[in-house]
Amino acid sequence: MTESTMRTRTIIALASKPSLPNHIKLRHDAGRGRWLILAPERVFEPDEISVEILKRCDGATSVEDIASVLAKEYNAPLQDIIKDTISMLQELSDKGVVKA
Amino acid sequence: MNEIVEIAPLEEFGEAVAAPQCARAPVGLLAELTHRCPLQCPYCSNPLELERVNTELTTAEWQDVMRQAAELGILQIHLSGGEPTVRKDLEDIVEVAAKAGLYTNLITAGVTLTRDRLKKLKDLGLDHVQLSIQDVDEENAERISAYKGGLAKKRELGQWVREFDMPLTINAPIHRHNIKNLPRIIDFAVEMGAERLEVANIQYYAWALKNRAALMPTRAEFMKSAEIVEEAKERLKGILVFDFVVPDYYAKTPKPCMGGWGRGIMNITPSGKVLPCHAAETVPGLQFDNVRNRRLADIWLNGQAFEAYRGTSWMKEPCKSCPRAEIDFGGCRCQAMAFTGDAANTDPACKFSPYHAAFVATAERESAEANPPNFIYRRVGGASKTPE
Repeated sequence: MTESTMRTRTIIALASKPSLPNHIKLRHDAGRGRWLILAPERVFEPDEISVEILKRCDGATSVEDIASVLAKEYNAPLQDIIKDTISMLQELSDKGVVKA
Repeated sequence: MNEIVEIAPLEEFGEAVAAPQCARAPVGLLAELTHRCPLQCPYCSNPLELERVNTELTTAEWQDVMRQAAELGILQIHLSGGEPTVRKDLEDIVEVAAKAGLYTNLITAGVTLTRDRLKKLKDLGLDHVQLSIQDVDEENAERISAYKGGLAKKRELGQWVREFDMPLTINAPIHRHNIKNLPRIIDFAVEMGAERLEVANIQYYAWALKNRAALMPTRAEFMKSAEIVEEAKERLKGILVFDFVVPDYYAKTPKPCMGGWGRGIMNITPSGKVLPCHAAETVPGLQFDNVRNRRLADIWLNGQAFEAYRGTSWMKEPCKSCPRAEIDFGGCRCQAMAFTGDAANTDPACKFSPYHAAFVATAERESAEANPPNFIYRRVGGASKTPE
């Protein structure tokens, strides 16, 4: 069995340090003031919160730290933000847009 | 999408994207760099009249197309063919496209690309490789493509793609001669380290339409394949993303072809003709502009061929009053033309089309044939029955 056949699903948790793979491009479309994610044969339009999360996905910051910052910034309950951040990042990880 | 606390899932859009120059810019551009190809697959999406090498756009012309595309607001460029790596100047085109900010996707059969060349393409900014396979059974793959030794070369290319840490999509066109191997095709994609697998049931245009009776799977085979994909999707969640292209002949509603005519994607042929879709030349009454004598943005916005079936105003019943009019845009104009003789009719894949029953019956009759006709292989000069 080769290494690649042993790939497993990444599960996003509090301690995960997510980042964007090299081939995923978070790009600001200045003309219309929107953000886009360019991915293989796909283009996604992230909403504002998703953009704030993705901008912090540097491979060094944990999900917990990202959520803490956002909870303060948006004055929202931390547990809610954690839950939403994990669910959003899990969805993106399953789509190959985020790695951790 | 302006909710503050609630995190909405990302929206994937096939919708026109805003851009500096053009509010209705297409998301993608399919650039058929050449119609030359070492393979002769009988379901090729290229037109029956293949364009010759001496009509192909020059390096400088393709580079100018890339710059214009980026200015227009196009996000992704799909470098296709024929086999795009047959062009010796692919590197020069990729370099300009990447510099212009386009997301570059190479669509290749993977039998002509060397390791050094792939490395160079990556260094120049190539973002993604889509590798097509004909089958995982070598003998069958060779019979389908009329090309010997392809599978080993594809495996090799897949390894290089991984070695250079590039993303890989496997594209598997599915038809009666390989549909039974779908589980092995899925295994192959996992084994190759691909992130995505396109299980692409054949779309019957151009060469595929000519070979329809040789390619059509039965409804039962299709249903079984859909189950296999559903099961694999769940099992391989987070490992392999599936794109499942449903065959029109067994559908109830049509696909929004190209995301809607003149809405999401444009296609440029090797000689520079700009088409709303790759089969658009089969629709009579359309005038196609060429990048050699008109700006891309002007063609997209004002070209007669793009305006002809853009939006919904061209529609007749049952499309006109249909609640799905802006969901599927009446399906495919080329399929409507081919099967009903009028491109403004609803796609016969639609259950509301008066031609739908005949459309389905055709697929059922052809797929039930125990001895399907031989392939008519795709090659310049047309329709010969046996591979060279």
